[in-house]
Amino acid sequence: MASASSRVLLRRRAAGVLLRERLRLGPEPPRRAVSHFTFYPDPEPSEYGPTQKMNLFQAITSALDNTLSRDPTAVIYGEDVAFGGVFRCTVGLRDKYGKDRVFNTPLCEQGIVGFGIGVAVAGATSIAEIQFADYIYPAFDQIVNEAAKYRYRSGDLFNCGSLTIRAPWGCVGHGALYHSQCPESFFAHCPGIKVVIPRSPVQAKGLLLSCIEDKNPCIFFEPKILYRAAVEQVPVEPYHIPLSQAEVLQEGSDVTLIAWGTQVHVIREVATMAQDKLGVSCEVIDLKTILPWDKDTICKSVIKTGRLLISHEAPLTGGFASEISSTVQEECFLNLEAPIARVCGYDTPFPHIFEAFYVPNKWKCFDALRKIINY
Amino acid sequence: MQKMLAILSQVLRGPAQKTGAASEAARVLVASRNYADFASEATFDIKKCDLHRLEEGPPSQAVLTREEGLKFYRSMQTIRRMELKSDQLYKQKIIRGFCHLYDGQEACCVGLEAGIKPTDHLITAYRAHGFTYTRGISVKEILAELTGRKGGCAKGKGGSMHMYAKNFYGGNGIVGAQVPLGAGIALACKYFGNDEICLTLYGDGAANQGQIFETYNMAALWKLPCIFICENNRYGMGTSVERAAASTDYFKRGDYIPGIRLDGMDVLCVREATKFAAEHCRSGKGPIVMELQTYRYHGHSMSDPGISYRTREEIQEVRSKSDPITLLKDRMVNNNLASVEELKEIDIEVRKEIEEAAQFATTDPEPPLEELCNHIYSNEPPFEVRGPNPWIKYKSVS
Repeated sequence: MASASSRVLLRRRAAGVLLRERLRLGPEPPRRAVSHFTFYPDPEPSEYGPTQKMNLFQAITSALDNTLSRDPTAVIYGEDVAFGGVFRCTVGLRDKYGKDRVFNTPLCEQGIVGFGIGVAVAGATSIAEIQFADYIYPAFDQIVNEAAKYRYRSGDLFNCGSLTIRAPWGCVGHGALYHSQCPESFFAHCPGIKVVIPRSPVQAKGLLLSCIEDKNPCIFFEPKILYRAAVEQVPVEPYHIPLSQAEVLQEGSDVTLIAWGTQVHVIREVATMAQDKLGVSCEVIDLKTILPWDKDTICKSVIKTGRLLISHEAPLTGGFASEISSTVQEECFLNLEAPIARVCGYDTPFPHIFEAFYVPNKWKCFDALRKIINY
Repeated sequence: MQKMLAILSQVLRGPAQKTGAASEAARVLVASRNYADFASEATFDIKKCDLHRLEEGPPSQAVLTREEGLKFYRSMQTIRRMELKSDQLYKQKIIRGFCHLYDGQEACCVGLEAGIKPTDHLITAYRAHGFTYTRGISVKEILAELTGRKGGCAKGKGGSMHMYAKNFYGGNGIVGAQVPLGAGIALACKYFGNDEICLTLYGDGAANQGQIFETYNMAALWKLPCIFICENNRYGMGTSVERAAASTDYFKRGDYIPGIRLDGMDVLCVREATKFAAEHCRSGKGPIVMELQTYRYHGHSMSDPGISYRTREEIQEVRSKSDPITLLKDRMVNNNLASVEELKEIDIEVRKEIEEAAQFATTDPEPPLEELCNHIYSNEPPFEVRGPNPWIKYKSVS
């Protein structure tokens, strides 16, 4: 399949060169920026009042704005957040709510999270930004050993449940090794925290507000490639989308497709391709919360369809797809018609120039889907 | 003569392909007239360093020979032009991703290199292009790395933040993470007893990372031959030093480790201080901290226009009053170490080198797809890397 998709790329590239030669445009810039997905906006929600056109980063700003205005204890801090953050998620908030509530920290991720735990444990609503999910590892100890275990080890006397850590996540087209990673499965191994990843602006706002108000420390990963690319009508007022509930985006009878974040849009396209090209009916599920995850919705779907494909950007080995497929084979063994398919990133560091090959695009997913249909 | 040279340089700016022969002619011309008239060296007063826990600091005078001066000028100008070319290639979307430019800070890497031996070690963070050049990698390989091509110095697999050379350990992507490594390298130097030292660089932003302080402690405890060098360009990403650091005296932040603060825009000052610090380390006194006060003309990275947290006037003022290249140029010309024409000729040669390198960096092929999976582990025989699904596997060699 990789060779097929590289052939497609090569053919496109050759055509581009011809065109450019004809137009005398000089050497062609590399085709690394071609997006691997098509964003599927959801219909405008009607239940939460008036909406406004927002992209994903504006939806985040809106959620933070709602929080700061309703919750006087809420504070937001992180590297460069005071002037809007590198992805513009906190634009205008310092001016609106004051520099004692929206402020910059030095570049010290371990300190940011440790500090955030302290803020939360003392009773304030603590919202930290780690500038990229790739930079979260210096804070790994604070998250895993302090935040996640505070309630348990104190016999519920203390907790840092009002802590939310936001971090831009996932591939972005040209991020290379340290601006592209999807570390959700590292944290999925850690009872005591919640891990949430939205697929769209509407989802981002509702899920972020749920994370902020949830009584447990949450990590909220924001697909950074969607910050500008995803636009929807988003309710202006606050609203909540429940955590630990997966959503069936499209009902189907033959195969269950699961993803989260950006990858949801890839599998939605695959479901359409499967219907058009193979006459296969896919059930598409957005997992949304990685930990604790919604086993019931997944297993119910697999019992119905008998086939499962899980796709994520993070490397295959030890990715969260492993946990899902292991659980599904325990719960639905006799319902399965084919081995569970995982379509993921390669077991390599996130590559610099091979991103287009690395990402589990629709062709790779479609190929795997065909294999489990014909099994 | 003046006029003639002016005409000549006009000609040189003409068709790029022909400059080779023409500049050859220019060089002969200049040589026949001028070389004998130049002074062979000159002594300059340099800014006094601030000291921490030191009785004596680096000298307040420095000797610059004509030969060194020309070398420094060429290096700094090459780095400046290389960075401006990178900026251009980035805007043309030929360089993609995260790219941090070094223009404005050239005196740091050139001065540091002039104060140590090639066998000494150096490690820095992601603003690494200048150091990659001073540690011996060609502009061609640097630009090709930036564009992700096969001929890049890390085979096109690292990109802007990850470049390496002999005794140059990169090129590291995570803020402050390279500092403990630097102390480790210094420990190895001490263990091998080879009189080598390690220059460990970080920025004013990274100076607030916890691991820096862990490292200070170990380095002082074990008296490691490590020079901690804080390149203070006044802004950690978009936050000025005053808003990020409780103490902006970065040279004192090693507390029990001696420190010096110096003008990082003056290549002579950097060289003298580096010699002093290197001598301190080699004599077995343990680590020392250097704070280089410098300035970056570009934003933090390419996505930062660099003017939302500082004014255009501020950048302009540094450019006009303390530009490292202008400073050196004025010193050389005013003290008869070189002529304006001669330096212009160097500029032209540099420009040509950069153009050729850019040509290479945009035409060299990308590495083959097999490279995606190579170099994950050291392994013999090759092992299989699992791809996006169980049916795709790649051989990984190292």
